Amino acid sequence: MERFLPTAQFQRLINLLRRDGYDCVGPRVRDGAIVYGPLERVEELPVGWHDEQRPGHYRLARGSGRRFFDWANGPEALKPLTFASREVLWTVVRDGQGSLRFCEEVPEVRPTAVIGVRACDIAAMHLQDQHFGYREYQDPYYNRRRRALFLVAVDCARPASTCFCHSTGDGPAAHAGFDIALTELDDGFIARARSERGRDLLAELPTTEVTPDHHAAAGAQHDAAVAAQTRRLAGRNLKASLFAHLDHPEWDAVAGRCLSCGNCTAVCPTCFCHSVGDTTELDGRRSTHHRQWDSCFSAGHSYMHSFVVRDQTVLRYRQWLTHKLGTWHDQYGRSGCVGCGRCLTWCPVGIDMVETANRICGGDGDAQP
Amino acid sequence: MRSHSLAQTQPNAYLPHEAEVVKFVQESKTIYTLYLRFTDPLVHANYMYDPGQFNMLYLHGVGEVPISIVSDPEHEDLLIHTINRVGRVTRGLAAVSEGQRLGVRGPYGRGWPLREAEGQDVVIVSGGLGCAPVVSVINYMIRRRERFGRFTIVQKVKHVDEFIWPERYERWQQVPDTTVLVAATQGAENWRWQVSPRIKVMEEVKVHTERTIAMICGPEGFMASAAEHLIGQGVPAASIYMSTERNMQCAVGHCGHCQFGPTFICKEGPVYAYPRIKPLLNIRGF
Ligand SMILES: Cc1cc2nc3c(=O)[nH]c(=O)nc-3n(C[C@H](O)[C@H](O)[C@H](O)COP(=O)(O)OP(=O)(O)OC[C@H]3O[C@@H](n4cnc5c(N)ncnc54)[C@H](O)[C@@H]3O)c2cc1C
Ligand code: SF4
Ligand code: SF4
Ligand code: FES
Repeated sequence: MERFLPTAQFQRLINLLRRDGYDCVGPRVRDGAIVYGPLERVEELPVGWHDEQRPGHYRLARGSGRRFFDWANGPEALKPLTFASREVLWTVVRDGQGSLRFCEEVPEVRPTAVIGVRACDIAAMHLQDQHFGYREYQDPYYNRRRRALFLVAVDCARPASTCFCHSTGDGPAAHAGFDIALTELDDGFIARARSERGRDLLAELPTTEVTPDHHAAAGAQHDAAVAAQTRRLAGRNLKASLFAHLDHPEWDAVAGRCLSCGNCTAVCPTCFCHSVGDTTELDGRRSTHHRQWDSCFSAGHSYMHSFVVRDQTVLRYRQWLTHKLGTWHDQYGRSGCVGCGRCLTWCPVGIDMVETANRICGGDGDAQP
Repeated sequence: MRSHSLAQTQPNAYLPHEAEVVKFVQESKTIYTLYLRFTDPLVHANYMYDPGQFNMLYLHGVGEVPISIVSDPEHEDLLIHTINRVGRVTRGLAAVSEGQRLGVRGPYGRGWPLREAEGQDVVIVSGGLGCAPVVSVINYMIRRRERFGRFTIVQKVKHVDEFIWPERYERWQQVPDTTVLVAATQGAENWRWQVSPRIKVMEEVKVHTERTIAMICGPEGFMASAAEHLIGQGVPAASIYMSTERNMQCAVGHCGHCQFGPTFICKEGPVYAYPRIKPLLNIRGF
């Protein structure tokens, strides 16, 4: 189902979602970056803002345009909404007799509608769904949050220089995994519904027919967004090539610059590593078992009582890239990179992961397309 | 408001069950054994596992650690764990008293290929301390001696004091068709077993048939050399199994700490057929 939603009626989408009991969340400008926040009125969106991104660089600038989504992405993907950066898993109380009572702490979540989700982030969420949601051990914490989401996607019209989602097959347009997707044009949106609740909602909105002119403008905009992406990984599956070059000098070169800070894994929408810990209250009876995001760039990640598997930055960087672009294929049927470019932008020393991977796999022809 | 299905379809895999320490045995200076029973009789009765699987043991307020199950699921009612005291949690567990309560969740992972081993000759090799899991496999097979062919049991330690349970090895020597080879890098007075450098003792392992299965436990370099040695003797690579170890925090394939190449050790391991992990075994950083 496809309809045209004029800009003047955009607010109605939020109103209907709120009427249906959803908290609305959308991209907003805060502290010089576009991040998700509560949304009540469409004017709160980053109207007229553009982002300028390159490795190690992110800057917002205001243009004269009136579009809501004329920028690429901010540091946050959907990840914090589903996989909390820190959360309690269970608590345990020891009573006077020494018995332990374990109590699960599954989060209370409110139905939440996210407006303005990018195609790369939906693809990443789909990967995390596989990781947390559907294998033999389901994660009730992730699943609760995930099932509470209503997703309104927006096709990218203005990729950043760091974006390469077209080469990974994940963007710039959203194709699946959303309830409603929007293509923003100058005077409104082409809205496509994918789910039943998306169709119901769209049917209630004051929309008009999509005209051939709308289609032509959307097509041209999409082609331009694709053409704007000059960065690309050497292939969709670099596993064989990466593992054939575990001794490539580029690993040491990149490790010489890498601070092992873990920013790249924190902003990456597919990274799922976390560590688990326990905190006991002063009376010693009640203890909470919690988890928080961890990174394969941390020293503790590979700690064992007798040795640390990755005690050097070069081993950590190699672990990260060979997993993300390599053995993810074995575990999830595809690469763990959706081309969002965040790990380039938010690396404090501006390491270009794509260039690094391409140099390592470079020109030996075994990087299948 | 439209309906949202927030119902859980599965019990929470992160939540431990309460278990009671029924018996505590100090095996050596640092090694001890816990005998556990779930306090909920229903949980205890329904707890099924295979030899070589592991549990997450939780000590109140301190933390959770992965520990192999060494009891025999068909012969022992209590859940048995033999633990080496190395750090925070294992030090805490070393101080528990009988009657104390712990948290236990599991069983996790895939254990030793005991069904595949039936009808075959079996070589069991372990290197160093911390191979209690292998001892449980030997006990398991000796209890069912008639199902297996010849046994060869190899135990290699650096220092003689890493060798625990000598009486068991002496007992196994008496079992028909069983060869026991114990060696230390450095001998000592009263050391009645061999003294041999590196894995020289492997040279004494006689492989009689291609229908031989091997199970190896120890440091990765040791396991890789032992495996190559056995392959040289005619054991098919696919019949060689080894037990791996990585930092583990969740045991259910979520936290990422135990990721090893294309696998998560907590789910697909800790025991693997050699060809599956050979490409990354012994490469620094994986
Ligand atoms: C599948 C599996 C089975 C095991 N079976 C046994 C067993 O039967 N008997 C035994 O004594 N030990 C076993 N271990 C090792 C045991 O888990 C570690 O010795 C223990 O986690 C150390 O915890 P700690 O808090 O005492 O040490 P610390 O050095 O304080 O470790 C801090 C934390 O790091 C992690 N960690 C440290 N070392 C290891 C390690 N070797 N493996 C996994 N995580 C680690 C744990 O989360 C631990 O809580 C097994 C490990 C694995 C992976
Ligand atoms: S690896 Fe980098 S570009 Fe790829 S999904 Fe993660 S953050 Fe985005
Ligand atoms: S690549 Fe950049 S962001 Fe990632 S750990 Fe290294 S310095 Fe930090
Ligand atoms: S222990 Fe968490 S993924 Fe294996």
